[in-house]
Amino acid sequence: MKLVYFASVREAIGLSSEEYDVPQDACTVGDLVARISARSQAHACALQDLSRLRFALDQNMVAGDTLLGTAQELAIFPPVTGG
Amino acid sequence: MKHVRISSAAIRPDQELAALEGLGGGALASFTGIVRDDGGVTAIELEHYPGMTEASLYRLIEAATARWALLGAVITHRVGIIPLGAPVVVVGAASLHRAEALEATAFLIDRLKTDAPFWKRAHYADGTAQWVEAKASDEVRAERWV
Repeated sequence: MKLVYFASVREAIGLSSEEYDVPQDACTVGDLVARISARSQAHACALQDLSRLRFALDQNMVAGDTLLGTAQELAIFPPVTGG
Repeated sequence: MKHVRISSAAIRPDQELAALEGLGGGALASFTGIVRDDGGVTAIELEHYPGMTEASLYRLIEAATARWALLGAVITHRVGIIPLGAPVVVVGAASLHRAEALEATAFLIDRLKTDAPFWKRAHYADGTAQWVEAKASDEVRAERWV
């Protein structure tokens, strides 16, 4: 799966995107984010507070308990601040 | 007429709204968001999620068109570095009478604030920069339209 990061999450991790093999036992967005946190200290720091993160699966905003299904892209970012 | 545009160059509200003038309606409402001097801000920087941004803005226009009798609507959002005083976003709606255009314009900007994947960083005179935090008041305004 392609992981995409934006804004403060992108800066904290130090990458705008990366490829990730989704573990068999990761069923939801929240499960997957917990596994991604374990990749490095920077990932752990960027992803520690789920309440301050928002997610998009294949470019649609979703909640943390959404099933991953066959999605190809997960985006992780802080609450949006456009306009 | 439904139009969404993301621009890395300066935007002119009159140009973005011109296409809404010739649709035969008696009302054209619009909102322009401008970079303001918020505690020494010299510029803001807008990052977005290409592809999702355009799709989410288009969905908002579709939702507005389903809810109000509109002749057309436009959303133009600038990205990149935007100096103090320059327009960041222009939202416009045209309808036969004013109520629909006014309400649809408020709906579009309120929902853009909470639904569209943009992130803002403020640049200050001392050379520092800081990500802007989302405001709870924006959530409250957007929920008016649920």
